[in-house]
Amino acid sequence: MELNSKTPTGPIETRWDRHRFSLKLVNPANKRKHTVIVVGTGLAGGSAAATLAELGYNIKCFCFQDSPRRAHSIAAQGGINAAKNYHNDGDSVYRLFYDTVKGGDFRSRESNVYRLAQISVNIIDQCVAQGVPFAREYSGYLDNRSFGGAQVSRTFYARGQTGQQLLLGAYQALERQTAAGRVQMFPRTEMLDLIVIDGQARGIVTRNLVTGAVESHIADAVVLGTGGYGNVYYLSTNAKGSNATAIWRAHKRGALFANPCYTQIHPTCIPVSGDYQSKLTLMSESLRNDGRVWVPVKKGDHRAPSTIPENERDYYLERRYPSFGNLVPRDVASRNSKAVCDEGRGVGETGLAVYLDFRDAIERLGAHVIKERYGNLFDMYERITGENPYTVPMRIYPAIHYTMGGLWVDYNLMSTIPGLYVIGEGNFSDHGANRLGASALMQGLADGYFVLPNTIGDYLASHRFDAVEAGHPAVREAESQVARVTRRLLDAKGSRSVDSFHRELGKLMWDYCGMSRTAGGLQEALSKIPGLRDRFWSEVKVLGNGEELNQSLEKAGRVADFFELAELICIDALHRNESCGGHFREEYQTPDGEAAREDNACSYVAAWEYRGAGVAPELHQEPLYFEYVHPSQRSYK
Amino acid sequence: MRLILHIWRQRNAAETGRMVRYEAPDVNPDMSFLEMLDVLNEGLIAKGEDPVAFDHDCREGICGMCGFMINGVAHGPLRGATICQLHMRHFRDGQELYLEPWRARAFPVIRDLVVNRSAFDRLIAAGGFISVSTGSAPDGNAILVPKESADRAMDAAACIGCGACVAMCPNASASLFLGAKIAHLGLLPQGQPERAGRVQKMVRQSLQERFGSCTNIGECEAVCPKEIKLEVIARMHRDFLKAAWSGHSAD
Ligand SMILES: Cc1cc2nc3c(=O)[nH]c(=O)nc-3n(C[C@H](O)[C@H](O)[C@H](O)COP(=O)(O)OP(=O)(O)OC[C@H]3O[C@@H](n4cnc5c(N)ncnc54)[C@H](O)[C@@H]3O)c2cc1C
Ligand code: FES
Repeated sequence: MELNSKTPTGPIETRWDRHRFSLKLVNPANKRKHTVIVVGTGLAGGSAAATLAELGYNIKCFCFQDSPRRAHSIAAQGGINAAKNYHNDGDSVYRLFYDTVKGGDFRSRESNVYRLAQISVNIIDQCVAQGVPFAREYSGYLDNRSFGGAQVSRTFYARGQTGQQLLLGAYQALERQTAAGRVQMFPRTEMLDLIVIDGQARGIVTRNLVTGAVESHIADAVVLGTGGYGNVYYLSTNAKGSNATAIWRAHKRGALFANPCYTQIHPTCIPVSGDYQSKLTLMSESLRNDGRVWVPVKKGDHRAPSTIPENERDYYLERRYPSFGNLVPRDVASRNSKAVCDEGRGVGETGLAVYLDFRDAIERLGAHVIKERYGNLFDMYERITGENPYTVPMRIYPAIHYTMGGLWVDYNLMSTIPGLYVIGEGNFSDHGANRLGASALMQGLADGYFVLPNTIGDYLASHRFDAVEAGHPAVREAESQVARVTRRLLDAKGSRSVDSFHRELGKLMWDYCGMSRTAGGLQEALSKIPGLRDRFWSEVKVLGNGEELNQSLEKAGRVADFFELAELICIDALHRNESCGGHFREEYQTPDGEAAREDNACSYVAAWEYRGAGVAPELHQEPLYFEYVHPSQRSYK
Repeated sequence: MRLILHIWRQRNAAETGRMVRYEAPDVNPDMSFLEMLDVLNEGLIAKGEDPVAFDHDCREGICGMCGFMINGVAHGPLRGATICQLHMRHFRDGQELYLEPWRARAFPVIRDLVVNRSAFDRLIAAGGFISVSTGSAPDGNAILVPKESADRAMDAAACIGCGACVAMCPNASASLFLGAKIAHLGLLPQGQPERAGRVQKMVRQSLQERFGSCTNIGECEAVCPKEIKLEVIARMHRDFLKAAWSGHSAD
């Protein structure tokens, strides 16, 4: 299979404009004759569905929650980047592009990232016009902050609820189109398979989560905006329902899966407190602006933190990275927390936590200033842990947060199946091996509002779409595949719950394919996953039937896919013989323990082709070229 | 600690439901309420009984998916928090808890503690938006918004659409939800052109959905997990009267 990224050439500043001009347009009168399926109503899917409907297409839109407003984008706290340079502090489209390519550890496409930086400014305009209540200065102008260690203030925010407000903007635009009759919304409906006819994506098979009815929907193109797959690890900052089913089943129908091993771990999450733990809660990264991270110097020191004298504390980030200190990037901060806990110096009941201490900041600035800055977060921390962070240092630990990998897409956001587009966290496109803070929201909205609505027209204008009968063999085959999986899950009638398997898989992945990885560990994981998966299929216990609201059945289908994806993640991690961004292989590090890329051998996108159950996937490589930002070692010392 | 739970069990919309008694013998005070139910469900599955269905997703208090009544109070005893953010340390050993779904004509029960809140989406579709198509916006700073208006708009926009306000209101009124959206958009300059039509269309839709009317009881404000204030309802009423007096028609 030839991977054609369709990336334009020539001066990077004009690539997107020239490319857009070269795309075919759909005649306005013909737009309503095209039906497009959009799966997902997060920032990516919601903005795409609304915009395509505004353009005149006929949209069928799906989500598994009870309302499109609840997609997990709602949980993003920190903010969204845009190269507005409203602060005259040296920001520009080029600098945002540069920071993002470098932050991604030189594993993304320059053309895509440049386009993202260009579009970032239009996103803010659009969202302001929709009524997103961004933070303002007293003058009435938009306020910005610096975020995630950026040296310029380019992050726009709406209190600690930026994702919520941006999503509600897209949701309201979507509801406007629903009222206008151009969007047909299917909430509580899960996509379970993709229908491919004569090599083109022509529809999806869904299950109505309330009645259990399995239905097929036919269209001229299918767009997946179904989010990330962090829940492979069971415990993550994702919502409980976040899953990989849509992209995984599309993968099994022929869409290549790119860079699955690029997973991001967020350093500041509330640690696990017991076996019953169902998810991990993120504490905003901004806390590291004032909090100091430390552990005791001595192993197994169980004294109360306030009684540990200054010279028996190890402020290890400040010690190792004098110039960035507590503000080192996410991957570096996370790995260092793990290292000190592995040495036996972790704190709290489980020993899997480090302190984030505000004592000095409170002394310096006063408790009222800290309350003003972080009051919400402190309250949330206290609500969950029952401890008061004004007097006792917070305990934090890294957790899985975001997945840079996803379905491979070309510059038009089309996967390797013609007519199947993938947007938002579900694709692999713009973040390389590591995503910078406040740029996932930017990417989701860039894809949905501005990129896809332009590129999809080219495909629709240049293909023929024959009518598809309900009884078409491809439709029947996909439907019976879905029915088969459901039957198998219900018929296993084993003795273990879905969650118990999911937890076991998650632990295995976290231990062997989490923050740091080794060839030996990955081989171990690869030898264990198939056995666990077989046990899942024979021992899982799913009660009830398929013709009703059955939450165990929903989970079981998702976990079945996580088992297969987990294996691919490990295969990818084992094959990538280097450390880059979120992928840290212990064999590849500099003498002082930092990630070492292997640019000569590994400067490519790894795109995997599914070849059947039990058959090794086939690797396809898309080489990466850097004409503008030259690969260098990231240094935060 | 040990708890006695009485939970509403109802297989589907057509069947009649009933309260069923369960024991949760080994509850850890650090668990969230939903984690306590997860553990209960694991036990039920092991015994071959259907687990209790309840809605949830983010478990961070922001998606608005979770919610049911605990001893007659929407989202339970902790103010300003959703059920997913409520931890067991707020209960006593041996306590008896009654869990019931939201009760409102406009929110029919789907199963156990799960209800259908699609009526809320239709309220927004009726007018809870600013009509701006992608691409037509001016520069973000071309529209100045006084900080105070932006802050107050944000207070109202914090609504998560969980439905607790409706469930707690003796009239099952959606006024706090409606008022929050109308205040959010009405406080911003961008929201002015459609302001009169918006309130009329949304209020009309709410009557069609069979939500009740507001009689200023205030139970909604008391249980709102985002602490949205009653003043948004007053704003909505003012906007509504103004639109009616000025002879504005929703169509
Ligand atoms: C706690 C947290 C905080 C974050 N903070 C920030 C931040 O401050 N800044 C930033 O830039 N990024 C942040 N991120 C990352 C960012 O929020 C996400 O990457 C982004 O919102 C993903 O958007 P999306 O539209 O791709 O997917 P989602 O918002 O996850 O939406 C997925 C949609 O797909 C639907 N779906 C999925 N599978 C199916 C299926 N099989 N059938 C039907 N429907 C399906 C769901 O119902 C949902 O509507 C944060 C992430 C988390 C978890
Ligand atoms: S589960 Fe999202 S608000 Fe409770």
